[in-house]
Amino acid sequence: MSTVTWITARGLFGRRRFLLLLPLPLVLLGLAILCRSLGVDPGEWGPPVLVGLGLAVVLPVVALIIGTGVLGAEIDDGTVVHILTKPLPRWQIVLPKLAVAAGVTAVTVAVPLYVAGVLADSVRLGLALAFAAALGALAYSALFLALSLVTRRPVLLGLVYVLIWEGLLGNFVSGTKVLSIQQYVIALADRLAPSGLLETSVSVPVASVMTALVSVGFTVLAIDRLRSFSVAGETS
Amino acid sequence: MSTLSLTGVSRWYGNVVAVNDISMALGPGVTGLLGPNGAGKTTLLHMMAGFLAPSRGTVTLDDEPTWRNPDVYRRLGLVSEREAVQGFLTAYEFVLASAKLHRLPDPAAAARRAIDLVELESAQDRRIGTYSKGMRQRARVAAALVHDPQVLLLDEPFNGMDPRQRLHMMQLLHTLGDAGRTILFSSHILEEVEQVSGTVQVMVAGRLAASGDFRTIRRLMTNRPHVFAVRSTNDRALAVALIAEPSVSGVELDPTGLTVRAGDYGAFTRALPRIALKQGIRVRQLVPSDESLESVFSYLVEA
Repeated sequence: MSTVTWITARGLFGRRRFLLLLPLPLVLLGLAILCRSLGVDPGEWGPPVLVGLGLAVVLPVVALIIGTGVLGAEIDDGTVVHILTKPLPRWQIVLPKLAVAAGVTAVTVAVPLYVAGVLADSVRLGLALAFAAALGALAYSALFLALSLVTRRPVLLGLVYVLIWEGLLGNFVSGTKVLSIQQYVIALADRLAPSGLLETSVSVPVASVMTALVSVGFTVLAIDRLRSFSVAGETS
Repeated sequence: MSTLSLTGVSRWYGNVVAVNDISMALGPGVTGLLGPNGAGKTTLLHMMAGFLAPSRGTVTLDDEPTWRNPDVYRRLGLVSEREAVQGFLTAYEFVLASAKLHRLPDPAAAARRAIDLVELESAQDRRIGTYSKGMRQRARVAAALVHDPQVLLLDEPFNGMDPRQRLHMMQLLHTLGDAGRTILFSSHILEEVEQVSGTVQVMVAGRLAASGDFRTIRRLMTNRPHVFAVRSTNDRALAVALIAEPSVSGVELDPTGLTVRAGDYGAFTRALPRIALKQGIRVRQLVPSDESLESVFSYLVEA
């Protein structure tokens, strides 16, 4: 494991904000188990729990907390200087951090989604949801990591994207769905396991290409921004 | 041996000019960068360390720009002012992580050597979060020294240190300087840098105000006129006795006490107790009333 990965992981798990990650996946899991045990028709609880909660809230919010934490937290408290004063090409800083963010997000979200998918329909749907969520975790992490280098308020901007753009506008202006990671994830999951529970509005080729574009594009942006990262003078 | 050169360096934020047309070349030895708060010292250091692009001019380390060039960190170390350390690491882990990030051939040995150098071995296995400010500072210096850089930049390294730690740090900097390293530290407290030999650069309001041998500048500093507020059991009698003293250039008597202008800091502070004793006057208060850094620095600029 590289040193950057090690420091990032320790920084992530060593902070209390890591505990924020736990409730959302647990709620998702709890709701799925509850609905299943009460014998509710999966056609009724599947879409709101799997999509409305799992893919629209749990995945982006967990990705937001982690994605802005791996680098943004270090920028906030100034410890980023220690990593930046090393003769490392900047991609060697961004890629390990992205890997930690995407990996932790994927594990945190994919596991409850897998269980919920199995309970709603089949193992195939569970696997499809988990796999699509992992890809989504990568795209979201790249986006939020880049955001923490572009702005001083990455969490706020990230929330605006998730809640306003993906959550609100997506319902009224269908065109915005083409630029919505959430829609890519739904499209990919539905393609892998057609079940009738997931409603897609983006075609699978668009979703695949856009997921790749978002992941690569924002990673490249993050590397470039880190290359010309300015440390603002502290006023004392 | 490395040389850090600045040529016509300016940096502005919008309409505010933080650093104004500074040129200097830093060679081996210890150099102090002095100036009051807000003079632009940190901005200048950040440009030297490649953390900020100059708005105009160039900053080079051995003819390579420091901006957007991570390779300079093979030869350059920075101890920033902000006391930011991963508190959940022990000092040894922290310095070791630095050594590993530098890809040193034997990171463990390098980490131990650096911790040795700052005399932190007794506490190296404690979490940095439990350290005092001075210890934390030393841990950061150790991390910056782990790759044995040719150039070491320190922003306000003596902040929060007690006199003993300060002396030790100063000795460490001088040892490194004598070994041919280029050391630059900034400070806004003149008295902090008393033990420094070599050159100082004085920055006031973004400009390089004075530059040269420390002893010359130090003499200017100590010989400047000082103003003291004095209160005693018999102000009038004390005023009469004081005006006869060669080091005193003026005395003002008002209801709250005396305002004494002294030409020589040391001579006056030695003379006052002697005079008071001889006259049988008890001095109740002696306050230097014009010790603000800005006045000291502006005096330096005028001189």
